[in-house]
Amino acid sequence: MQPLLKVQALSKTFNIRAGLFNRKKFEVLKNISFSIGKGETIAIIGETGSGKSTLAKLLVGAYSADSGQILLENNTIENNGQRDAQCRYIRMIFQDSATSLNPALTIAEMLDDCLKFNTDFDQAQRSEKIDSTLLKVGLLVDHQQYYPHMFSIGQLQRVALARALILDPKVVVLDEALSSLDPSVRAQIVNLLLKLQLETGLTYILITHHLSLVRHISDQLVVLNKGEIVEYGDTETIFQSPQSKITQRLLSC
Amino acid sequence: MAKFNLFSEDANKSPLARLWRKFKNNHPALVGLWVFIAFCILAATAPFLAPYGVNQQHSDALLLPPSWNEMGDVRFILGTDDLGRDVLSRLMNGATYTFGLSVVAALITTMIGVLVGTFAGISKGLRASFLNHLLDVTLSIPSLLLAIIIIAILGPGLMNTVWAIILALLPQFIHSIRNLIVDELGKDYVTAYRLDGASNWHILSRGIFPNVYEYIVVIFTMALSTAILDIAALGFLKLGAQPPTTEWGAILAENLGLIYLAPWTVALPGVLLFLAVLSTNLVGDGLRKVLQARKAD
Ligand SMILES: Nc1ncnc2c1ncn2[C@@H]1O[C@H](COP(=O)(O)OP(=O)(O)OP(=O)(O)O)[C@@H](O)[C@H]1O
Ligand SMILES: [Mg+2]
Repeated sequence: MQPLLKVQALSKTFNIRAGLFNRKKFEVLKNISFSIGKGETIAIIGETGSGKSTLAKLLVGAYSADSGQILLENNTIENNGQRDAQCRYIRMIFQDSATSLNPALTIAEMLDDCLKFNTDFDQAQRSEKIDSTLLKVGLLVDHQQYYPHMFSIGQLQRVALARALILDPKVVVLDEALSSLDPSVRAQIVNLLLKLQLETGLTYILITHHLSLVRHISDQLVVLNKGEIVEYGDTETIFQSPQSKITQRLLSC
Repeated sequence: MAKFNLFSEDANKSPLARLWRKFKNNHPALVGLWVFIAFCILAATAPFLAPYGVNQQHSDALLLPPSWNEMGDVRFILGTDDLGRDVLSRLMNGATYTFGLSVVAALITTMIGVLVGTFAGISKGLRASFLNHLLDVTLSIPSLLLAIIIIAILGPGLMNTVWAIILALLPQFIHSIRNLIVDELGKDYVTAYRLDGASNWHILSRGIFPNVYEYIVVIFTMALSTAILDIAALGFLKLGAQPPTTEWGAILAENLGLIYLAPWTVALPGVLLFLAVLSTNLVGDGLRKVLQARKAD
């Protein structure tokens, strides 16, 4: 099967200031490659500081890579730091929805802006799209006029999901997006995600510390350590017989 | 009006409405706001409200004490000075100079400060660090001293004072705004908004400014109270408004010689200055408290 998303030899270096004039180079990601098909879920695990969030931000385009390519359906959307700025097929849900939503805008205004920036829908089409997206993630049409501070955490996560889905993405990156939720709400959101995946063939990239969740929903697993992939393959196989020491340590806790 | 509010709509309010609700419960701040508004109205309409002209002399009524004193006269509620001028009229007109010009100075500072501060906040690299170091140098000089230096170059006079105060307040203002913008730019919702496809202009106008304008108002009130004190101080030092002008600091300086003979001519402008600064600070402080409370919840 032709993979939907292909990541080839992605590298990222940060310049860190070490003193007044000299700068130190710090390689956060080295030579990352993996690929996923449509409707699949890939999980990325690793210790803190292993570069997971950086990888997520590279994928959605918040950072640009130093070298390497990202291909979506065989179209290059990132090539050695050149990003196709128009591409909104990869969307991200942040760890903390409360801080990733603008407190001064209502939900409708926020979603409307999203559509305005990226589509040439007219007013009626936009509001229809907003209504249908809110219903899709299990919110009410009335929630449109609400400000972010009026939602519970579980609802905020749904709002964040609506924001990601309103542009009809192909890939959704969840960076610790489920970690801050309590178990019952997490179960609700996970079920919602799985339902959407079944219906629309979404691809998820799941970054989490939560191992049972990984085992439950992901097809493939990437284990990162200090910016390098130490293990990559089928989730169940890795869970059964982890090869490297690092994976063994991660999975045993 | 219904007696009971069955459905509390509190949660349904916009951020601005919530701000006002919290502000209302802080009574000193509310009183400060009323006094502040009264000063604004006075500054705008004093020439029409004042019972006498500022330089109108009553040779039959020199150095009359305020009217509640036995020796006072009802015609001159707050008494007269040594030239027989009505103190009330002079003080009312003084609001236009001391308070009104301070507001103008603070407003101009705000406009320039927000523009330059925003620019400094969003620009990176050499330009930003150049601006920062320049600001740091000027920040280390107190604003009154800086204003006096600028007056020394421009020459004394009321309008020059205003320019001097604007120039002296600007570094601090730009610095605060820049920090505000940089803090805000680092937040997740800005990244998320950028990923939605928002341009720099959208991020500033719909993302950052709606979230920081209260802080700008707080900085404005701080600049305003400094401006009031600076204008009065420069007037008192004879570097600003010159005596026939009814600027409060200048009135103080002019009547300083009468302090034993006619204490009210010195005390009353002082009281007004105190009230103007106090009300401005109360409003600013109330606003700051509300913002802190909102951050906490
Ligand atoms: N903007 C940046 N500038 C410099 N260094 C950075 C920057 N962002 C991240 N880093 C560094 O890159 C490394 C990887 O960070 P990253 O946030 O990707 O880790 P992570 O795997 O997501 O960790 P966690 O599990 O705690 O979220 C860290 O050592 C961090 O200090
Ligand atoms: Mg992270």
